[in-house]
Amino acid sequence: MPLDYETLRLIWWVLLGVLLIGFALTDGYDLGVAALLPFVGRTDEERRLAINAVAPHWEGHQVWLILGGGAIFAAWPFVYAISFSGFYLAIFLVLASLILRPVAFKYRSKHTDAAWRNRWDWALFVGGLVPALVFGVAVGNAIEGAPFRLDSDLRMTYEGSLLGLFTPFTLVAGLLSVAMLALHGAGFLAVKIEEGPVLARARGIARVAALASIVLFILGGVMVAKGHMGMRLTGVVDTSGPSNPLMSASVSAPGAWLDNYGAHPWMWIAPVLGIAGSLMALAGISGRRGWLNFAGTSIATTGIISTVGLSMFPYILPSTIDPRSSLTVWNASSSHVTLFIMLVVTIIFLPIVLGYTAWVIKALSGRLTIKDVRTSPDFY
Amino acid sequence: MDMAVIELSRLQFALTALYHFLFVPLTLGLSFMLVIMESIYVITKRPIWRVITRFWGKLFGINFVLGVATGLTMEFEFGMNWAYYAHYVGDIFGAPLAIEGLMAFFLEATMVGVMFFGWDKLGRVQHLLVTFLVALGTNLSALWILIANGWMQNPVGATFNPDTMRMEVSNFGDVLFNPVAQAKFVHTVSAGYVCAATFVMGVSAYYLLRGKWTNVARRSMMVASAFGLAASLSVVVLGDESGYTLTDNQKMKLAAIEAMWKTEEAPAAITVFGLPDIQARTTHFAVEVPYVMGLIGTRSLTGKIDGIEDLVLRADSRIRSGVIAYDAVQKLKVNRNDVAARAVFEEHKRDIGYALLLKRYVSDPRQATNEQIMKAAADTIPNVPVLFFLFRIMAGIGFLFIAYFAAAFWCASACGFRRNWFLRLATFMLPLPWIAIEFGWMVAEIGRQPWSVDGVLPTFLGASSLTVPQVWATIIGFTALYGSLAVIEVRLMLASIRKGPVEHAPDEVAHEGPFAPLPAE
Ligand code: HDD
Ligand code: HEM
Ligand code: HEM
Repeated sequence: MPLDYETLRLIWWVLLGVLLIGFALTDGYDLGVAALLPFVGRTDEERRLAINAVAPHWEGHQVWLILGGGAIFAAWPFVYAISFSGFYLAIFLVLASLILRPVAFKYRSKHTDAAWRNRWDWALFVGGLVPALVFGVAVGNAIEGAPFRLDSDLRMTYEGSLLGLFTPFTLVAGLLSVAMLALHGAGFLAVKIEEGPVLARARGIARVAALASIVLFILGGVMVAKGHMGMRLTGVVDTSGPSNPLMSASVSAPGAWLDNYGAHPWMWIAPVLGIAGSLMALAGISGRRGWLNFAGTSIATTGIISTVGLSMFPYILPSTIDPRSSLTVWNASSSHVTLFIMLVVTIIFLPIVLGYTAWVIKALSGRLTIKDVRTSPDFY
Repeated sequence: MDMAVIELSRLQFALTALYHFLFVPLTLGLSFMLVIMESIYVITKRPIWRVITRFWGKLFGINFVLGVATGLTMEFEFGMNWAYYAHYVGDIFGAPLAIEGLMAFFLEATMVGVMFFGWDKLGRVQHLLVTFLVALGTNLSALWILIANGWMQNPVGATFNPDTMRMEVSNFGDVLFNPVAQAKFVHTVSAGYVCAATFVMGVSAYYLLRGKWTNVARRSMMVASAFGLAASLSVVVLGDESGYTLTDNQKMKLAAIEAMWKTEEAPAAITVFGLPDIQARTTHFAVEVPYVMGLIGTRSLTGKIDGIEDLVLRADSRIRSGVIAYDAVQKLKVNRNDVAARAVFEEHKRDIGYALLLKRYVSDPRQATNEQIMKAAADTIPNVPVLFFLFRIMAGIGFLFIAYFAAAFWCASACGFRRNWFLRLATFMLPLPWIAIEFGWMVAEIGRQPWSVDGVLPTFLGASSLTVPQVWATIIGFTALYGSLAVIEVRLMLASIRKGPVEHAPDEVAHEGPFAPLPAE
């Protein structure tokens, strides 16, 4: 094979990040807009303006999440197995809310009855807010570590509970995620809909969300530095060894999530972008420059997610009760062959996907107006 | 292992998968029928075909969202409920799932938005292309998921790696070109086409019986009868038989479907009806037709089809060989470089999955008694009566469909769909494809038991370490959610059907009434 195992693992770690960022940048604003719906739209027409801003595209965006699931299954089977079974009820909550979303988008417009529409608006709100919150909480749990262990057959047992997922730190992470996606949703509205009351309200919310995401991001950073999080590999690390966590050794090391920034100062760029992006969004809001606003929220989202990945590297999911079982880039991947095949497939198809997505965005481009909402027979 | 968690996880998987597959077949078939209808519009440029396409497109959309919503559950359920399964075979099984996302879901989901919102923004040919890409995407997604499912039935191209305690890819080409997956793909998508054709026929017949929208209904029926005839022939002729000689478990499934307890001399007879009796291992009141089974199972008059009892004996010996492999793996766990153990392992590794069957009775298969081995071997018999009857209902419906669509095809030219008995028949046929399809999946999946992955991983080992209340919570949650959504979707479908192929007129022309006029014939 033209690439060695270590390199492929590294590439797939980067691709995991690309997928998560792809999801947050695209479906993230759909979630944000849905969560903002009751606040930016007072009348049915106003809500329809916000809904139809994302309606033609959210379905394609959601595939980033589906692909994320599939790619983690294919490239990091341990991570797929342990996180989804461990966070079982939390994942169920996400699924239940995400199931409501497609249905709400499509069915809301089928009757003009106000009560009917109101119910679906609630479904959209839940379908936007709950996933945003729980994804953040889940990432917070990955940073703190999860209570699982592996036996010699590599069968996993998880010893936590649903409520155990919510700690002060993971709540900060969850709220950060909500603030970030709400900001991104508002940023998207700023480039997609006409000037008017909906946009004005979105700007107001965005201002609060931008400040909140800066504060929560810094607060989270302080908690990581001062809290009991962090882990270090010990002994010889075989970066090309078999994917068997029990063959490596870890010790818990509070504060270790900051090690990488000392060793590789270039990594500071990620948290800096996380804050700079929000500031840029603020500037865009004040100057009523939609594109600056949206670019800022995109940069903030990218920076915040990259910060998590870079801080934890090479860990993906540490274990709090049995450090030895912790999953890292070097011990939790698929086989060399599978990683290689999947890389080839990705190199072929990802550009194609990006190509037709761009075509679709172009075909349906243009700012949406209340007039469009009134006249088009196809709008939701 | 908690058996209750396992049983509940199976129940949940079966419920959510069967529910997902209520929407999938209509999507698979209707997307292609939309392509046909829209092609006619693009070629003839007659506005009536635009109305037809948009009308069925609306029903397609109502169905499609539930396919998407319930598919999400499926994507994550392997990790949620089958964590050890996900670890054990993720190296192979994850790949087709990921490729499905990249190659198929992105295409269908990105294009479906433009299909609904792009009518006024795209040229005619461009829009047709978009509709085609939606159809292509949905059918490609079927291909990849059935490659994954086909691998569970016939796990080629993979071996057990004792270093990582899981199955790993040894030949990806074999996984892709798995004959079982190919047979499944053709059969399953054809079933989807039959389903969509029956749906269009049934709804159109309802209009014709009422004398409403006849110009839309009659044209739709023309398309559906031709499409349905081709599809129903394909679903029966290209049935799933071809994979049945490949593995012991596939042979077992065939024998169980046939309730064939003892190996018969070639060519075997088919049992058209009977009452299989598990205890006595015999089938009462069997009505047999000679030769047919041999032909279906082996495509020849000389190939022998193995009976259940012989297959149990084979399982018995494979379990014993598997225990030797298991022992070697335990030694390799202690010392990766134990050359002797590795040699033993290499020799017996294809049976390691069989040793795992014993874990139901003892935690260490090496301690198993002779009796336990015999029990485990008997476990490889799936639920014979259930398979026997479900299969016959599906196949019966299959032959019925051929007759029905042949009649429809004839009626199209001979009576122009003006016979009321035929129209009534068409509405009665509506539920049948769904029955056949759900039963088909039950045959395929129940027939695979006790294995999750044939000969590799028993179902009971695959489950996650969950608690009974957790799984109950999600079963109740999904059932409540899915139940309400089903009610809402059926109501909306009926409302849209009752409303018919009319469109709200844009405000400019609203003075002629709230609805845009239907184009003339
Ligand atoms: C033979 C076809 C077939 C089978 C066996 C399955 N599906 Fe499915 N699935 C489809 C055919 C399909 C489809 C036709 O492509 C759907 C149905 C309706 C739709 O919108 O797309 C779909 C939708 C769909 C979606 C949403 C895709 C989107 O957003 O566009 C996901 C994530 C899955 N499925 C996942 C699964 C998984 C994990 C399955 C295995 C248990 C599964 N499906 C069985
Ligand atoms: C959508 C169509 C499908 C239907 C209707 C369906 C139906 C079922 C049923 C009825 C069961 C329960 C069997 C039992 O426990 O006795 C089951 C189990 C299962 N099926 Fe499917 N299935 C479908 C597709 C798939 C696909 C495509 C895959 C894999 C790619 C798959 C993987 C599984 C697994 C992992 C289980 C649980 C473990 C087991 O019982 O073997 N299924 N399915
Ligand atoms: C004479 C007619 C038919 C024959 C001989 C036949 C044969 C089979 C067999 C043997 C299986 C089990 C496959 C397995 O073990 O994996 C199967 C599954 C299935 N059948 Fe049929 N079938 C017939 C008609 C139909 C019809 C009319 C439909 C629906 C319209 C249908 C839909 C399905 C589906 C959806 C599955 C599950 C997917 C799969 O395993 O391919 N079948 N069929």
